[in-house]
Amino acid sequence: MRLNVTVNGESKQADDVWAGESLLYVLRERLGLPGSKNACEQGECGSCTVYLDDVPVCSCLVAAGQTEGRRVRTVEGLADGDRLDPVQQSFVDNGAVQCGFCTPGLVVAAHDLLGRVPDPSDEEIREALAGNLCRCTGYEKILDAVRSAALATEGS
Amino acid sequence: MSTSTENRVSQAGVGTSPQRPDGSMKVRGEFAYSSDLWHEDMLWGATLRSPHPYARITGIDIGAALALPGVYAVLTHADVPGVNRYGLEHADQPVLAEDVVRYQGEPVAVVAADHPETARRALERITVGYTVLEPVTDSEAAVAGEGAQLHPGGNVVRHVPIRKGDPAAAAEGAEVVVTGTYEVGMQDQAFLGPESGLAVPAEDGGVDLYVATQWLHVDQRQIVAALGLPEDKVRLTLGGVGGAFGGREDLSIQVHACLLALHTGKPVKMVYNREESFYGHVHRHPAVLHYEHGADRDGRLRYVRARIFLDGGAYASSTGAVVANAATLGVGPYDVPHAAVDCWGVYTNNPPCGAMRGFGAVQAAFAYESQMDKLADACGLDPVEVRTRNAMAEGTSMPTGQVVDSPAPVAELLRRLRAMPLPTEPGGELDLRRLPGGVSNTTHGEGVVRGVGYAVGIKNICFSEAFDDYSTARVRLQVVGGEPAATVHTAACEVGQGLVTVLQQIVRTELGVERVTIEPTDTTIGNAGSTSASRQTYVTGGAVRAACLKVRDALGALSPSDLGDKVLDETVEWRHRPTEELDPVTGQGNAHVQYGFAAHRAVVDVDTELGLVKVVALDCAQDVGKAMNPQAVLGQIQGGSAQGLGLAVMEEIQIAGGVIRNPSFTDYLIPTVLDMPPMNIDVLELADPHAPYGLRGVGEPPTISSTPAVVAAIRAATGRALDRVPVRPEHITGT
Repeated sequence: MRLNVTVNGESKQADDVWAGESLLYVLRERLGLPGSKNACEQGECGSCTVYLDDVPVCSCLVAAGQTEGRRVRTVEGLADGDRLDPVQQSFVDNGAVQCGFCTPGLVVAAHDLLGRVPDPSDEEIREALAGNLCRCTGYEKILDAVRSAALATEGS
Repeated sequence: MSTSTENRVSQAGVGTSPQRPDGSMKVRGEFAYSSDLWHEDMLWGATLRSPHPYARITGIDIGAALALPGVYAVLTHADVPGVNRYGLEHADQPVLAEDVVRYQGEPVAVVAADHPETARRALERITVGYTVLEPVTDSEAAVAGEGAQLHPGGNVVRHVPIRKGDPAAAAEGAEVVVTGTYEVGMQDQAFLGPESGLAVPAEDGGVDLYVATQWLHVDQRQIVAALGLPEDKVRLTLGGVGGAFGGREDLSIQVHACLLALHTGKPVKMVYNREESFYGHVHRHPAVLHYEHGADRDGRLRYVRARIFLDGGAYASSTGAVVANAATLGVGPYDVPHAAVDCWGVYTNNPPCGAMRGFGAVQAAFAYESQMDKLADACGLDPVEVRTRNAMAEGTSMPTGQVVDSPAPVAELLRRLRAMPLPTEPGGELDLRRLPGGVSNTTHGEGVVRGVGYAVGIKNICFSEAFDDYSTARVRLQVVGGEPAATVHTAACEVGQGLVTVLQQIVRTELGVERVTIEPTDTTIGNAGSTSASRQTYVTGGAVRAACLKVRDALGALSPSDLGDKVLDETVEWRHRPTEELDPVTGQGNAHVQYGFAAHRAVVDVDTELGLVKVVALDCAQDVGKAMNPQAVLGQIQGGSAQGLGLAVMEEIQIAGGVIRNPSFTDYLIPTVLDMPPMNIDVLELADPHAPYGLRGVGEPPTISSTPAVVAAIRAATGRALDRVPVRPEHITGT
């Protein structure tokens, strides 16, 4: 089938999409956007988290066909040109990135949280990120990153 | 040394925490992991695996698979042009199975097709005839010679005995004796980036492989043997690595992707999904450990006797080295006058086991630390006191006879832990998220008991037992755009830990140059050794430093900015001090390069009715010799501690009759952000005079002591014996 979807503000078209393909597969393999990651493809790890019409979803669990005519925003669409989004900058500054495979999903999840709750408590941060697995950091520096991104966003 | 470094103090050198060079790309989603690679006209590879733990293959029919449109190749063992065997220590594992499969998930055939789904459907069309055989699944029975012989030479991969003093005589005078049998379940590395890579056939008849691995040159050695090609025809470049933790030391897609690429003449990409990843790499050895500790009434150890059985699964992988670690570190970081430790690693039909962070030291630590708590109880001592009384120190003679010749602050780590503040007792406003069971609303505090536990562990750093452990580094210095700039080239694999940052820091410190570029990691330069054994900052860091010193010598009195058109270019091979083999009968020998130590204190709240555990604090003290990058050091301690917590309360590949029951992140649980407590961390920097900058390997020690500390805390809360990890709810409730 042919798929029409708006990704990071641009209209995209993908041809010959097989009905079983996920949004994640189409982003990674057909639209040249491999930023969203394929760690479990079961909705357990959150590495493939993207916005679908402003709501974060695991793109591995969304059939590509379901996104026809809709808006998708991926980790590649967060920065403003050379300027990182405050959440991205905070992840780098706070040592929240090691291997980085979970990072795209966590950055989108944290971005969504701070959009909804500008000054979250630790419990709120933990709850919001509970669907994103990280194997390297033990999460401490990810919490630091979200806390300091909240401060940075507040100050801007 | 001919030049002064006074005017060369960098703001981002050794001891600072500059940004990772790959950090910005990683947060933007632009960093190219091995599963992100793409090539025009590329095919997708897929692997057919054995459904049986042990079976004879009676026939393979690939006709129907080959007939499927979009399928370019279906290959079996008959298509392996070189030697159809590979392995890290022993080449005992077929690239593709011949007449027998020895574990569930063993590769039997590989396919290349134009779409991953086509490849998957092709796998379904391959018919393999199996005669199912009775699997060997018990490691102690394997040592006893029971069951089928799985490999020529028998089912014992390695037995390491360690003999020190006269434990039998010491046992006669012991006033207190404690014994126990402990079990450690099979843990998975669970790196998030799946096994993956891209093989591109080259015009010279060779192949270029881009792959996520921990050691390019050992991969290359095994690939050329299987392909029957000379070394210069198989070139490897590191693809972005999504975590490793030991699980990428063995081959996964490497030979298969190269075979398919050479056979089809097209680039071939292979990416495992999560289920296949559980079959596609080795795991941590499950263990059964029998221990006996004898002591004086005041808790001073007189002797330790231990028999340790490690299940290596179907193929040897690095079992031999894991056995040596469990044996040589088997009594823990204690001064033990008399010891007899025997450790066996065996072949079974369980999934192959090999390297995982902690590498043999993890299994032993759960047993010896459980024993130390039993000893404390038996002597009426506090668990910190019994450990402090027996703590090894610089100058202590290990059970191998090796005298420790650098700081070993075991007692100090425990003292520092004890001095850390404890978390506040539960109370105040009810917040389910702080209770065991969380928002499942399983308790409002009733039946919840708090416990505190301590543990300390020891790990050897770098490769041991006379291994020629070295790294190669090339450093170039020149003026680029009017500014001095250095480039560093090594084959050392960045797997997430931050090696690329530390290498830049070393160059900045040694050459006083701010602009340092790390070149792509590949096999066009010499061997760097493995990114494992907590060794890469020590060994490749040491090599980069040595190369910088040669550049400085060549620079003489000049300042780097005065180089003009000149390029200073130095390549060195650098080794740590040599080690010795263990005596095969007594286990005596200076086998290890360096020892690392960490200690943990865990505080848990346990719902004693439902058996649910909430770890509310996990504090750590670790000696790192020199904190090369303090932020990265903390990251290693926090991440390593989390993996230890996982083994304590949730992580286990469950095996029944050789079959994995939970190959998914739905059923194999790793800690989430809700499971990890805040950590107080105390980093000591007691320099090791033998190591570059005095540093001590950081990555593994925190994984070792966190598991027994958490279990000790659960025991303190529940009074249960808890002799197995992971601790399950039914172990706590006794139901």
